[in-house]
Amino acid sequence: MIWAIAAILFWIGAWALNVYLSRGKINRRNKFIIPFLFGVTILVLWEGIVVGLGISPIILPPPSAVAAKFATSIPILWQDFVQTFVKGALSGYFIGCGSAFILAILIDRSPFLQRGLLPVGNFVAALPVIGIAPILVMWFGFDWHSKAAVVVVMVFFPMLVNTVQGLTQSDHMQRDLMKTYSANYWQSLLKLRLPAAMPFIFNGLKISTTLALIGAIVAEFFGSPIKGMGFRITTEVGRLALDMVWAEIVVAALAGSAFYGIMALIEKIVTFWHPSQR
Amino acid sequence: MSDNSVIHAEKLNLVFQTNDGSVHALKDIDLTINKGDFVSFIGPSGCGKTTFLRVIADLEQPTGGTISVNGMTPQQAREARAYGYVFQASGLYPWRTIAGNIKLPLEIMGYSTEEQNKRVEQVLELVELSGFGKKYPWQLSGGMQQRASIARALSFDADILLMDEPFGALDEIVRDHLNEQLLALWARTEKTIGFVTHSIPEAVYLSTKIVVMSPRPGRIADVIESPLPKERPLEIRDSKEFLEVAARVRDGLRSGHLDD
Amino acid sequence: MMKNLIAVLTVVFAIIVIWYGATYMMNKQWTLDQAERAGVSLTASEVFKDTMAQERPQLPAPHQVIIEIWNTTVEKKITSKRSLIYHAGITLSSTSLGFLMGSLLGITLAISIVHSRAMDLSVMPWIIASQTIPILAVAPMIIVVLNAVGISGLVPKAMISMYLSFFPVAVGMVKGLRAPDTMQLDLMKTYRASAWQTLFKLRLPSSMPYLFTSLKIAMAASLVGAIIGELPTGAVAGLGARLLAGSYYGQTIQIWSALISAAVLAAVLVMLIGVLQNVTLKRMGMLR
Repeated sequence: MIWAIAAILFWIGAWALNVYLSRGKINRRNKFIIPFLFGVTILVLWEGIVVGLGISPIILPPPSAVAAKFATSIPILWQDFVQTFVKGALSGYFIGCGSAFILAILIDRSPFLQRGLLPVGNFVAALPVIGIAPILVMWFGFDWHSKAAVVVVMVFFPMLVNTVQGLTQSDHMQRDLMKTYSANYWQSLLKLRLPAAMPFIFNGLKISTTLALIGAIVAEFFGSPIKGMGFRITTEVGRLALDMVWAEIVVAALAGSAFYGIMALIEKIVTFWHPSQR
Repeated sequence: MSDNSVIHAEKLNLVFQTNDGSVHALKDIDLTINKGDFVSFIGPSGCGKTTFLRVIADLEQPTGGTISVNGMTPQQAREARAYGYVFQASGLYPWRTIAGNIKLPLEIMGYSTEEQNKRVEQVLELVELSGFGKKYPWQLSGGMQQRASIARALSFDADILLMDEPFGALDEIVRDHLNEQLLALWARTEKTIGFVTHSIPEAVYLSTKIVVMSPRPGRIADVIESPLPKERPLEIRDSKEFLEVAARVRDGLRSGHLDD
Repeated sequence: MMKNLIAVLTVVFAIIVIWYGATYMMNKQWTLDQAERAGVSLTASEVFKDTMAQERPQLPAPHQVIIEIWNTTVEKKITSKRSLIYHAGITLSSTSLGFLMGSLLGITLAISIVHSRAMDLSVMPWIIASQTIPILAVAPMIIVVLNAVGISGLVPKAMISMYLSFFPVAVGMVKGLRAPDTMQLDLMKTYRASAWQTLFKLRLPSSMPYLFTSLKIAMAASLVGAIIGELPTGAVAGLGARLLAGSYYGQTIQIWSALISAAVLAAVLVMLIGVLQNVTLKRMGMLR
């Protein structure tokens, strides 16, 4: 009980500090400290309440138990990470985004195909595409190839729609300007329309990072070899070993954030000129 | 049609088909622009001044009559890169530096890197932007951006410069300054300039020939050969000759409106 | 409009043609194997006919899927466990519940973020970070844990939908509530309007276009959440359960019919929001 009360007191104190900090000058340091403090508060509150109220670890393990489990099972976690993220998600991500990009460039020359494919692409992007996982597992087998295939299907349409839309972004005046130089199709594509499309292309690439990881993990629910993050989560949930499940979630969260972060960083470098970046 | 003529239009017509019926944007335009002329097109919106400039540039297709640019069709002239075009907005690419933007047409036209760098320096100096080549457009003021876009149009040394309200979005003080610079630039380069504006003082101050246009249908109401000397300090705007020309332009604009 | 329709129909037609082609290619091997085992030789047209009518094909032909959907919707009683409408209804109920909870949570969070700098600085980074976490991975755990504390049925699935749908709404609404420009906000200030008055008279109305856009995304996400939430319940009921059961027993036609129904359901739900959007924005004069 004392634990829980202490945790709640800590929460109140930390929140008061955050309110105080956010009234002050918002510099780079505070922009980091405030959310960091908030995150720490959640962990302390979680630990305090679980320990203080004696909540069973098969319902919610405390963060300390998750950390301990994480530290002792690094080889397994690494093996699952390689299976699901490196083999399944990454390869599918590159194949899916790459082919969507190429298709977008190809249909760019045909207004007819654009008019036809864009509504269909938008439609498919709103569908529960993940449902295709059982079929692809059936076609490509239990190993990572089927996971990569699911990822390809999941990232393909968001990437296609974003790229096609991005390629229409250059305004009329700039296209007229290219015409006064009598630039040919490839010149105006490379010098004007692709650079102008970059913010959209990166939007597609960023959305796809999360989709890739989700696709690779969920596809494992429909069948997998005895390794992989999705496999581990389902089996450990079955054994009520929730500390291992949470450790696996931590890995997924780290991988997901890092993947997204890297794409956001590349975006920052490539589209430094865009108003949202400067 | 004298040997000196650069742009020659005869009975030029352009009818747009829109959802609300057809719009007669240009009606029976007859006009000759000679080498070295500074021609302003002035008139209310919808009078076809921009449309006419775009026809010269092969950005619109006329539906009747003939037009020649440097003795060729507009399309041939465009493909021969006969003119530089300056739009109302600078249209500089935000992902390229000022120098990179000026190099854009040069890259497309296949100039060597060495030649590109040389020309960038030349035109930056012409528009008084030397030293700004490494900046990005969004780091410059609106007036500087527009000067950079003029430099871009000058970089490949076309004989004709077509400008569509290039200073329309700028405030009056900046505009005066740029007008002065433009005259100096015209004197140095001896280009033929077509200039669209809706400001009477700007048209009178800059031009050797003022084409007054009126709307519905878009047509020429008056063509005024300016009696002003080639050397024009800003103070000339208070002179008697200047005010007389301005009055004639105003009359031309008004007579166009009487038909409404 | 007409041009667009023709283009879309052409693409859809092309997809169907490719689908039939793929059906033939992928099922041919099985047909030939069967024929060889039986010791008969088949003509090309017989092979083609068989690939279109296998019971457990690698890829069912479109008409097989349509017939299956017809049989399991119109031909079955709604209460029957084999009725697709029954399963779709179960998925729909947890989708809607999760969507409602998620949207409310998202709007509430957005309002508090816009009004409190401390909330903005503390919570916003975590909301964004939480989306890089593949939360669907947690679905099995949420179901099992909530089961362990005695909550089962609709609510656990709806919780997953809620988690997936609150994010687009929260982010979209923060953007929308901040859409009014300085001039409009200053005008409210000159009236000495309170924060609540500014919220209801200016910020909420200006946020409507953003709200509907994010609601569409949230709805699609809710459906995905509900389907995934049905997987670990041991394939009892719902479209997700049909998918899982189909994959256990190799019933490809069943998988495809569940998949198509899910797609139709998603399309209908998103379209409903679209209609609501058009009506509302037209009334508010934001759409011509």
